[in-house]
Amino acid sequence: MALAFDEFGRPFIILKEQEQKSRLRGLDAQKANISAGKAVARILRTSLGPKGMDKMLQSPDGDVTITNDGATILEQMDVDNQIAKLMVELSRSQDYEIGDGTTGVVVMAGALLEKAERLLERGIHPIRIAEGYEMASRISVEHLERVANKFEFDDSNLEPLIQTCMTTLSSKIVNRCKRSLAEIAVKAVLAVADLERKDVNLDLIKVEGKVGGKLEDTELIYGIVVDKDMSHPQMPKQIEDAKIAILTCPFEPPKPKTKHKVDIDTVEKFQTLRLQEQKYFDDMVQKCKDVGATLVICQWGFDDEANHLLMHRNLPAVRWVGGVELELIAIATGGRIVPRFQELSPEKLGKAGIVREKSFGTTKDRMLYIEHCANSRAVTIFIRGGNKMIIEETKRSLHDALCVARNLIRNNSIVYGGGSAEISCSIAVEAAADRYPGVEQYAIRAFGDALEAIPMALAENSGLQPIETLSAVKSQQIKDNNPHYGIDCNDVGTNDMREQNVFETLIGKQQQILLATQVVKMILKIDDVISPSEY
Amino acid sequence: MAIDKIFKDEASEEKGERARMASFVGAMAIADLVKTTLGPKGMDKILQSTGRGREVTVTNDGATILKSLHIDNPAAKVLVDISKVQDDEVGDGTTSVVVLAGELLREAERLVATKIHPMTIISGFRMAAECACNALLEKVVDNKADAEKFRSDLLNIAMTTLSSKILSQDKEHFAKLAVDAVMRLKGSTNLESIQIIKKPGGSLKDSFLDEGFILDKKIGIGQPKRIENAKILVANTAMDTDKVKIYGARVRVDSMARVAQIEAAEKEKMREKVQKIIGHGINCFVNRQLIYNFPEELFADAGILAIEHADFDGIERLALVTGGEIASTFDNPESVKLGHCDLIEEIMIGEDKLIHFSGVAMGQACTIVLRGASHHVLDEAERSLHDALCVLSQTVNDSRVLLGGGWPEMVMAKEVDALAKKTPGKKSLAIEAFSRALLAIPTIIADNAGLDSAELISQLRAEHQKEGCTAGIDVISGSVGDMLERGISEAFKVKQAVLLSSTEAAEMILRVDEIITCAPRRREDRM
Repeated sequence: MALAFDEFGRPFIILKEQEQKSRLRGLDAQKANISAGKAVARILRTSLGPKGMDKMLQSPDGDVTITNDGATILEQMDVDNQIAKLMVELSRSQDYEIGDGTTGVVVMAGALLEKAERLLERGIHPIRIAEGYEMASRISVEHLERVANKFEFDDSNLEPLIQTCMTTLSSKIVNRCKRSLAEIAVKAVLAVADLERKDVNLDLIKVEGKVGGKLEDTELIYGIVVDKDMSHPQMPKQIEDAKIAILTCPFEPPKPKTKHKVDIDTVEKFQTLRLQEQKYFDDMVQKCKDVGATLVICQWGFDDEANHLLMHRNLPAVRWVGGVELELIAIATGGRIVPRFQELSPEKLGKAGIVREKSFGTTKDRMLYIEHCANSRAVTIFIRGGNKMIIEETKRSLHDALCVARNLIRNNSIVYGGGSAEISCSIAVEAAADRYPGVEQYAIRAFGDALEAIPMALAENSGLQPIETLSAVKSQQIKDNNPHYGIDCNDVGTNDMREQNVFETLIGKQQQILLATQVVKMILKIDDVISPSEY
Repeated sequence: MAIDKIFKDEASEEKGERARMASFVGAMAIADLVKTTLGPKGMDKILQSTGRGREVTVTNDGATILKSLHIDNPAAKVLVDISKVQDDEVGDGTTSVVVLAGELLREAERLVATKIHPMTIISGFRMAAECACNALLEKVVDNKADAEKFRSDLLNIAMTTLSSKILSQDKEHFAKLAVDAVMRLKGSTNLESIQIIKKPGGSLKDSFLDEGFILDKKIGIGQPKRIENAKILVANTAMDTDKVKIYGARVRVDSMARVAQIEAAEKEKMREKVQKIIGHGINCFVNRQLIYNFPEELFADAGILAIEHADFDGIERLALVTGGEIASTFDNPESVKLGHCDLIEEIMIGEDKLIHFSGVAMGQACTIVLRGASHHVLDEAERSLHDALCVLSQTVNDSRVLLGGGWPEMVMAKEVDALAKKTPGKKSLAIEAFSRALLAIPTIIADNAGLDSAELISQLRAEHQKEGCTAGIDVISGSVGDMLERGISEAFKVKQAVLLSSTEAAEMILRVDEIITCAPRRREDRM
């Protein structure tokens, strides 16, 4: 295959260890790639929409995950094929960028690949297909911009935000209490949002879960919840108007980083060293006390003696608090993280209205609530649920909802869901296709067809007749010139998504189309796959 | 060109019907496994561990059985998980939750076979669960206000819980024990302060509740065996050789004389420490860590009872009951809170000597001493008692009570059936199925007791058509009986948790249409 001859007619080998590699080239390579991409899309197809099914994934260690979030499914799948890995990346980048629509983007890419395969069979060059797709994606993105609606919201009218989050949540297992979860998500995002800069730092929202209770018990806490308890069992369990010292230095004797030895050779030295040590502990605690702290939160452990001294001086303390949590506490309480006792000062202390310990269930599970903080910009969503898997899935679903709310604050344009945006794009692309001369026209038309894959999958998953429903909705859109008709997944009785309050964010949709097109272009351009063959 | 494979070697994928079947079968297998342990006449299981020694556990507790299973089926893992959560959250009903989820899935399988979409089944189940929960809420009895009645409620609940366990022979005795212990907690759910000590020997009947506190330790040699009006210092400090904690410190000497000097200094240091401790004016010293011979001797000289190596739990409980604080430094004797109790003495249970603290300042904690023929019996007794304690402590907080013996299931089934008749559409089939699944629980209880379940259930159903019916299955006499009269009660919270989490689990498994199993991680052979 890759055997070449030099000018003297001697064969030489281009690839190292050539016999051990398997190789695919030309149309075969493209077709193999396309079918791999399609296979991944096929797995996700049934998870799309409010009636989509879940997938059960068993990890190498035997842990079970049940989810319907595209990004999670793909991430946990043990994928070996290179092209399939590209699809996994695709869904991941949608997750990073937008947070929602991770399933849709893969289904879209799968549909594009499927259409491309037909065009390839007709002998159209892959690059021409890729270019056609590129043009078509530009058309649809522009079209989306045109059909998008701006909507206004403010603190008194959160309804539109909540509705959009509900659309996201309705496809998850938590849809039983989507209303309350959507409200929690919106409130959480608004609490941390910087409305002037239109920026939301989702890191300030901590999502903590604990098994037990009901999903309905999930709550939003304006403060921080830490899965820790007081270092000494007899410290007070509730502190009001707490002044918090946030430390990253242990209550232990110093451990200089340079190697050293303290030699004890006389009794006097032994005595002084002992006194020193005692004084050291005493100083540490006294310093915290002197600056007026009423609660110490420390990243490291405590020595028994220090622990008792703290208890003795009536200074409650929490130990082994993780770095991320420590930062959140610092943000929430407006305190500074202090790396050394010497640098403690009253203005570096954080303030919280109330700190309390709360216990759960029959086992000794305790958590520490820090509430009514000086700066309520950090919030915690505390999830309860019947079992671990529900909690994990709720975390993922809430993450999606939080992302959606954030995107709306960044850009308050929305398009309508239920496949209506895709159908209307498809109409626009198909209309535009005829104006392009050349082979690209076919590719553009194919793109228009591929866009219909999402409403088609939605209809299929909802138990409707896919082709019939889709054609009905499409003709209705053209007839009424109204881009808001979509698939009626929940059997409500109307196709108008505006009435059903099914929204999606504009940037999410646009990103889906752009990302899917990009990946498909990349896959189409590959004409040679070299992989080490099995040993 | 076919795709060769997208997954790694050994990773597998099951789709659609096959996936659903795999999870149904797995879940039902688990449910069937624990099914026979349900109810007062349920049987036990023997579990043999794969570890060294092949230890054997005999139990009837659903959560314990499921925890010890090695399961490969992902759906079965979901069920094991809900049973664990049930155990953590309410403590009892761990078998019921799995059995109910299994029955729900069995019904769902039939519906799927008749081409009803899983999503329709789920929405039907949700409606039914809500309806069932409301039906229970309507029927609950809350006797919180009446202390006398409340106590009898608690006793009934404890007896009902215990009747399905090994303790059923002496259930009255143990129910009283458990209720007394929980009432002492005064509403807190912190079961840590109830200590359970297991001592083989004697019979289960010899078990008793002790108002004071029993520490499973011996008193040091040459120290008083009995102290009245004790002042106790509870400590967590090193009493071996008090090391210098400053990093990198080491002793470096050049002659034997110096070694002796340092040693003397060390001893002096320890002596000082002991003096300081004695200076607190105590006559009992309990330490979490070891006490070496030298300080022990010093304590003995001062006539102080020194107890070493009481573990973390022991220390915390002791601090709790005696009202002292756990001390680690001893420089300010006046401000350290000491614990008090009227009498410390060494007592014998069976062959072992234990230290008994009685007349403690704060009566929150107590100790239950379990006696029994063998370790297996004791372990199982502890589990049963733990279940009862959990349920009781939860009931103290949420005092709503229901009748037992399959009564709640019948009430729910009746309401759910009524809902099914009112609901149009395919959902009604799912709602009907839900009510059938609910009925399965009394059926299994009857079956396990060797009774004619079909006959009993139909009788019971007829009874329940009357208003205000209190009929349930009386397993002892093998007939339908009045549960109110027989004093068979269950906590509302347990039933509610069973209902909600089994529906949730069934829903989760139903939603799955594809199972992807990753290649198992290779483990190195450590043989």
